[in-house]
Formats: sequence, C-alpha cells, structure tokens
Amino acid sequence: MASLVGSRVERKEDKRFLTGKGRYTADINLANQTYAIFVRSPHARASIKKLNIDKALKSSGVVSILTGKEIADDKIGGLIAGWAIRSEDGTEMKCPGNPPLAKDNVNFVGDPVAVVIAESLAEAKEAAEKVEVDYKVLKAVTSTADAMNGDTIHEGIDKNLCFDWLLGDRQKVKEAFDKADKVISIDIINNRLIPNAMEPRACVADYNAASEEITLYTTSQNPHLSRLIMSAFGNVAPEHKLRVVAPDVGGGFGSKINVYNEDIVCSWAAKKINRAIKWVAERSESFLTDIHGRDHVTHAELAVTKDGKFLGFKNETIANLGAYARVFGTVTPTYLFGPCATGVYEIPAAYTNVKAVYTNTAPVDAYRGAGRPEATYTIERLVEKASMELGIDKTELRIKNFPTAFPFKQTLVHTVDSGDYVAGMEKAKQMADYKGFEARRKESEAKGKLRGIGVTSYFEACGIAPSAAVMSLGCGVGLWESAEVRFNPTGQVTVYTGSHSHGQSHQTTFAQIAADELGVPIENIDIVHGDTDKGTFGMGTYGSRSLAVGGIAIVNACKKIVEKGKRVTAKMLEANPEDVEFKDGEFIVSKSNKKKTIGEVAFACYLPGVRDEMKSPLPEGDEPGLKETSFYDPSNFSFPAGTHIAEVEIDPETGHVKLEKYTACDDFGRIINPMVVEGQVHGGLAQGIGQALYENAEYDETGQLMTGSYMDYTMPRADNFPEFNIGYTCTHATTNPLGVKGCGEAGAIAAPPTVMNAVIDALGGQEVTMPATAEKVWKACKNLKKSNAKAA
Amino acid sequence: MKDFNYHSAKDSKEASKLASSSSAFLAGGMTTIPSMKLGLATYKDLIDIKNIKKLSGIKVSGKSVTIGAATKHVEVSNSKDVKKAIPSLSSLAEGIGDPQVRNRGTIGGSIANNDPSADYPSACIALNATIHTNERKIEAAKFFKGMFETALKKGELIEAIEFQIPEKSSYQKHPNPASRYAIVGVYVAKHKGDVNVAVTGAKSCVYNDKEMSKALSGNFSSSSIDGMDLDSSEMNTDMHASAEFRASLVVTQAKKAVDAC
Repeated sequence: MASLVGSRVERKEDKRFLTGKGRYTADINLANQTYAIFVRSPHARASIKKLNIDKALKSSGVVSILTGKEIADDKIGGLIAGWAIRSEDGTEMKCPGNPPLAKDNVNFVGDPVAVVIAESLAEAKEAAEKVEVDYKVLKAVTSTADAMNGDTIHEGIDKNLCFDWLLGDRQKVKEAFDKADKVISIDIINNRLIPNAMEPRACVADYNAASEEITLYTTSQNPHLSRLIMSAFGNVAPEHKLRVVAPDVGGGFGSKINVYNEDIVCSWAAKKINRAIKWVAERSESFLTDIHGRDHVTHAELAVTKDGKFLGFKNETIANLGAYARVFGTVTPTYLFGPCATGVYEIPAAYTNVKAVYTNTAPVDAYRGAGRPEATYTIERLVEKASMELGIDKTELRIKNFPTAFPFKQTLVHTVDSGDYVAGMEKAKQMADYKGFEARRKESEAKGKLRGIGVTSYFEACGIAPSAAVMSLGCGVGLWESAEVRFNPTGQVTVYTGSHSHGQSHQTTFAQIAADELGVPIENIDIVHGDTDKGTFGMGTYGSRSLAVGGIAIVNACKKIVEKGKRVTAKMLEANPEDVEFKDGEFIVSKSNKKKTIGEVAFACYLPGVRDEMKSPLPEGDEPGLKETSFYDPSNFSFPAGTHIAEVEIDPETGHVKLEKYTACDDFGRIINPMVVEGQVHGGLAQGIGQALYENAEYDETGQLMTGSYMDYTMPRADNFPEFNIGYTCTHATTNPLGVKGCGEAGAIAAPPTVMNAVIDALGGQEVTMPATAEKVWKACKNLKKSNAKAA
Repeated sequence: MKDFNYHSAKDSKEASKLASSSSAFLAGGMTTIPSMKLGLATYKDLIDIKNIKKLSGIKVSGKSVTIGAATKHVEVSNSKDVKKAIPSLSSLAEGIGDPQVRNRGTIGGSIANNDPSADYPSACIALNATIHTNERKIEAAKFFKGMFETALKKGELIEAIEFQIPEKSSYQKHPNPASRYAIVGVYVAKHKGDVNVAVTGAKSCVYNDKEMSKALSGNFSSSSIDGMDLDSSEMNTDMHASAEFRASLVVTQAKKAVDAC
C-alpha cells in the first residue's frame, strides 16, 4: 500500500465547506432561544457612576438584563492570564481583575458593562440602547512607549507595569559590547494588528435543568481549555456539568484561544434564565473586542567585529498588554519572544528585557506567530542594517554567523535539534535569482523606479509547549496533547484529537497519518475534535502544535493498537506475539502464510466468540474492545527554519510599494500533505506581508479605535500579492517519531522583516515603520532625492 | 436596523409621489443599506426604483453616451458601446468597489450620494455631463454642491446621465488601500477646445482644477503640469493621506492620466 504521508490528498473537509454545509456556531439555533446584546463602554477609561436599566427592562421582548453587580454577587470569576511571569527583581507580575461585566470601571472601548437578553435580536438591540450608563470619563493611556508615564489605570499597579522581565546576562553582554569593533543599533515598532478571522466570534449557551448541565457552543480553538478556565477560575459550573463544543470554526489565528466575557456571561445567564441564549458578534465588535496582536516598541543593538562576526545582542522592549492580561498575554512577549530574538545565529552573549505595560486599549494576546514575529523582526532588521553598515553582502553576513553543527545550543534557551541553515539560504538565493537582482534594479531605475531586495533567515520554536522545557524556564504548565483511536467492530476508525481544526485541515492530514499507521483506507477514518464530551482532554490548536504534538499522540495511540493487534493475532493463529509483524493493515506470522487483517482483529476484539472457533481470541490479560489512548508530552519544541527573500519596486512619485517577487524556502521537517502546507504558507505570508505593507490598528489619544472597520483597516487582498515562489529543504526533527516541525506560523514570522528589509533597501537604508504606506514611503523618497542631490 | 416601509415604484411618477421628507430612493443600496444598518440613517419609507425599466440601459449617439440612473457599474464596465465611445468611463466603472458592489451599485446612486471620494462625480465633471431628472436637466458643473450635497430637490429623481464623448480621456485613481475609494482620483478629458481635469477625493467635493485645465488646454502634455505646486489648504487630511500628500498625488495622477490618453 502506498504511503499517504507526503502526498497531496484532497481535503476531506472541502466538500462541506464549499457546498455551504459547514456548521458554525452562528448556524446553531436551539428551541426557545433568546438573543443577547452587550452594552459596551464607549469610553477608553471611565468609572461607572450609575447604571440604570429601568427603561430598558420595559422595552418590548426583554427577558432579562444583567450587569456587573449580578455577576459579582454570583461570584462568577473573571478572565485570567495563563502564565505567571516574574520580574528581574524577583517580584511577581501584577494583574488587575477582569470581571466578565465591568462593575466599577471600564478600561477600553468595548469593555462590556451589561447584557440585554430578549426574545429577538432586534428587540435586544432596541432595549440595549435604552440602558443608561453614567460614566465619569478619565484620561486614557494609549501609547505603548509612554504608558509608564501615564495615569495609573489599575489601582496598585505602579507605572502601569505588569512586569519588567529579563532573560540573559547583562554583564556578559556588556563585556561583549566592550570588545566590539562596531555597534549596530535600531529603534523599531512592531505595529498592532487585529486578527480578523473570517468568522466573527459567537456563542450559544444552553441550560438543561434536568441534568443541571450547561452546554456552550463557541468559536474556540481549544474547547477543553475553555471549559477548564470557566470551571476552575470562572466558577460557572463544575467541569462535569459544563460541556463546551467548538464546531466548525472559521479561522482563529490566536484570537479564539481566550475564553471571552461573552462565553462566561452567556453560560451563566442561560442557567439564570433557564433558556438558551445566542450571541453573534458584529464585525465592529470583533474589531473592538477580539484580542489584538503585536504592539511592541523596541530598541536593539548588535555588537560586531569589523569582519562581521556577531559578539553580543541587546533587546530592550516595551510590550503593550492592552487593558488586561489575558491567557497568553504575558507569555507571548516573554518566553515566546525573548528566546527567539537572537535568531539563527551564534551570538555568545545576549539579553532581552521586556517591560509589559497596561493601556486603555483592547487586550493584546497571541496572534499567528505570537512573539516569534516580533523576535524575528528585531534581529533580522538589525542584521540587515549591520550588512549595510559593514558593507558585507546580506546573505554572506548571515551565513558567517549561522551555527555550523546541530544540535545548536542557541544563546538564551533553546537547543535546536536539527536544521541546515546554509542549505536553506543557498536554495532560497537560487529560487529568487539573487544574483540577477542588480540587473533588475537597473531596469527599474531606467523606468524611474526604486528597487530593493530583502532577506530574512528565521527559526521558530513550535509545538508549544513541552513540560520539561517549560518547567526548566520556571513558569506555567506544559502543554501536551491527547489522542484516542477507536476501532468499530466492522473495522472503521474514529480518531479523537485534543487539538482543534479551524482551517488547518486535520480531518485530512491526521487521517493520512492514521491510515499509514493502521493500514486502513483513509475514507474509513474519521477525525473527531472540538467537543469536551467526545474526548478526555485536549490543549487545542495554536503555536504550530497540532501536528508536532497532537499528530504524535495519534501515532502513539495507533502503535498501541498495533501492539494489541499482534497479541490478538498470535492468540488466534497460535503463534508467538514476537513472531507477528504488522504491515499495510495485515498481521503476518513470520515465516508462514498465516495472517489476519486489522479489520478481522478488530472484529475479534469486539465479538470474541467467533463461529467455528471454540475459544476466545483474546489473550489473557487483554480486555475486549480495540481502543487506545495516548497523552503525548514532547521532549522539546520543534524548530522550523528557513530563508525568505522579497523584492519590491517603489514608485517615488506616489510612494506605492509593489511586491514584485516573494520567495520562501522553509524547512518544516517531514511534510504530511504538501498542498495543505502550501495553503498554510500562503496564508501566513498574506498576514505577514499584510503587517509590513497594509495592516495597522490605530487608537487616537482618547482611546477611540480609528481603524474600526474595513473602510480604514487594510486587509490585504489577493491582488496585493505576486505569485509566491515556495520551496523547501528538509531535515527531520529528531525529537519526534514523524520528524515533523510545524508550518502554520512561518509566513507570518518571516514576511514582515523580509518585506521591510526590501523596502528599506530600495530607500537607501532610510527607516520606515510598518506598515510601509504610500505616504510614508513617498516622504522617504523625497528625502532620498534631497540627499542624493546634496551628494551630487 | 429600524423598521421601514418598502415600496417598489413602477415608474418615476409613482416614485416621486411616494417621496417624503422621511424617505429615500433605493437603487443598489450600497450606501443606504449599510448606513441604515449602522444606525447612521433612518427612513420611514424606502422607494425601490430598480424595477423602473426606463431607468436602466445605455444609449450611444455620435456625440454622447447616455446611461440610465439604475444601470449597474458592471453593466457600464462590460458595455462594448461604452468601451468604444469612452473607454476611460468603462475602466472607471471596473475599478469601483469590489465585484459585489459593482453588481448592485448604480451610477445614479453614486452621483446622488456625492461621496467626496466616489469615482463617478469626476467623470461627470470631466465629460461635461448633463444630469437628467424627472423634472429638469442639470449641468454637472452645477450639480455637485458640496460634501454629500447635490442640486437635487426633495423627491427629484435622477433618470439618466448624459456624457459628452471627448477626443481623449483617462481616469487615474490612487485608491485608499482599505476601502479602495479614491484618496485622489483624476479624470482628464480633452474635448474640442478645452481640457477638463476633474479631481475627486482631494477636497470635500469633486472639482475641476482650473490651473491644470488651463495649462493642458495650452499644451496637452504631462510636462506642462510636471512639478506644479498645488495649494493644499483646502485638501482633506485623514489617517490615510495628509493634504500635502494629496496635493502631490493630484499632479501625479493628472500626469499619469495625460500620459495614458
């Protein structure tokens, strides 16, 4: 039987998605359901003087109106930060309370203060307009760079500082800088982004008074985690009385990791009113209240020798957490950022210092790449600048500082098991026709245009987060993954995975893996996920972990099935279990023609009284049935890497940046389905290029979101991109049996510095912040013209 | 969205009879419906004019192209007659919004709304259009009064727009990257005798740039406006473009348009 792993198997999920048969949360309607509308703060920072619901309660169709007072009275817990971070001085991080409905203070535009529940959506909306809230408006803090100088947002949190964290050794770095021939320094901003999943957030909460059970259908990337948080911290219901279902989910990118206010409020309220409640975000609510991403202000320095050897690295960053610290809010700008900031280079001394600040803006949390795009942007912009200042070719300078052997002990934390960065660079250069650039630049110049080329070499830590590695960093919980492989008596297979697909194609790729492991046709394998009632536990999908962690759990569970199958076959065929081999779905007794198919074995396991055979096929000690579970906790992260090269052409008269060529050469380890990987790379690149050239979330001084709709927030479109030139090198991960690494975030990590390096190259080294909009580039072109004129 | 009464008029007469101070005509609804959904506008009555046959269609004579008010953008962009008579008008229509908008939005709706960054008003000015309403004929130069403001009276309905066929013309737009409305759009049309340079997006209302028109009427070459320093004091400033950048873009887009003629 030909192996399915590695082939372009068509996506099993496409039929239902392309024919409109997907079942998203908003498609779910329950008998006698009500509709919720949230009353949200129009102010970025205010105290609530008075909240009056009398008029609204009299509005037609209103079932109930609940406020911060009721939720506090019922002792329903707030939203939490999942990872504890300690400051350099040893103190614990400072997190404010974040009640699901604000009672006394609101801290960003969109912070909910009440929920209106009515018989129809229109009635709920109308009543919500009648809720009277008397706010005392306070001065908002919105700037990342100045947050520490602003008014104190949360009582007791001085300078709005959550933590001041250090990774690395300042003294060693100082010594390295003292020895340097040259210090390259850079001031950069990693712009705030809004994830913009195609499906807005939604939830439907139901209460069954007979079983006293709450069922929450919600747009989540990790239903079990949501249940755990709502139960353990939210006090909504004990876990066995709370079922969380995340059906088809239309994109997450990190924005659907969090348990949100609406999930908790609707679940709690459904029990209170003993009816189902449906809430679906409008797009404008998504803009305001989905977690945002990035938002760093960084000063970084690189100490180098005159021949281009890197000696030391400093990274001083202020990270904006928004109004509250959420689930991955504190780990994203620390452990997901700092360790990767030295990039793919041997740098003897390094440190990263992060000051995480609160502001009156939407909470900032993990968004595709989470910390690693910020890290890669820092080091790769710095290295590119070093190449300009040292006059060393940008690819040569990188190669000079690549590790020469693997495992590569990276400066700050990670030990990278495998890779070949030189091979990746050489292949990328060839794919991009790096040599031919100068000729193309001259052609552009002849047309009055400016052409630039930019390079990025990156690595990332994926498959978050192995317990051993996480514990050694002294923080939080490890994130393993579970799988359960169940045979039916007639031989089809159901695989439960604790990871969650919201665009990642698990239904296909995981079935490919199971088909190869078990020798069962792929059409007889179903992948099940997204329902706390269907599997024991799962950590969900983010951080490119589904395959490298969840996929391995499936492999391990399949291996247990095969082991049992061997024992059963041996009993049935009167052989020694050690003499039974398994290949292509058949258990064969070696040196004989005796064999059983895995289907026959499954049948025997469930119906152990087979006609004509007067004895049970089950060996002593084995129970009936054929179902195995695996909880897999990897020994290390996986480390995809690669080199990307971009070429842009700029029209100096309009400032328009045209992305002419984009080459991505990635090492994802073993690839399960090249078509799915291409889709992931394309999507990641679109978001990464979007950050570099188009997307930007902007607040004004009073904390109003200026880019609150698609009229002003630029989502990139297909016509913004050239045909992507994609290729791979392959070194297998040595830390997992499949040799896989993860591919979901690479594009979003590598593209921003690649594109910006190209833009800045075209602009003769002038710094431009992301996104490189027409006006910024136009101004830089004017400066360039002036300085060229002076030089001439 | 608040409740409203929906009417479908069978002719212009019925439509204007139904009109009141709390009504709006509905053609493609590409601005009206979103405004209502966002609570920015409320109407008691919406009077649908899409079913009035007379208001749709394109007629070309030797001197002019006449387009019915309820004609959709996609019909203008796909029309062989328009492509032949005024190719720049066809390509303007092709660049409005996105496919969904072009398949619903209408030329009459766009002009009646007079969004300061809409594309069609610049075509009306550049192509010396005449706006035919159910009551009168209005020259384009007198039609566009200010931001979202036109010469239309309550209940007056645009029936058709008649464009003068120029010798040469081109429309060049620097789009807002998010909305794809014009940050600046410049429609240059060379008629027998004079040149119009209609600018949209730059100020609160579409206008004919007299300075550039004069220069190009003398010498129809991009060199005659190259480096022109336009007064930016009345130009719009927003997060996407400052007045200074807009002023520069007006000249750049005008040059591009002349070169493309």
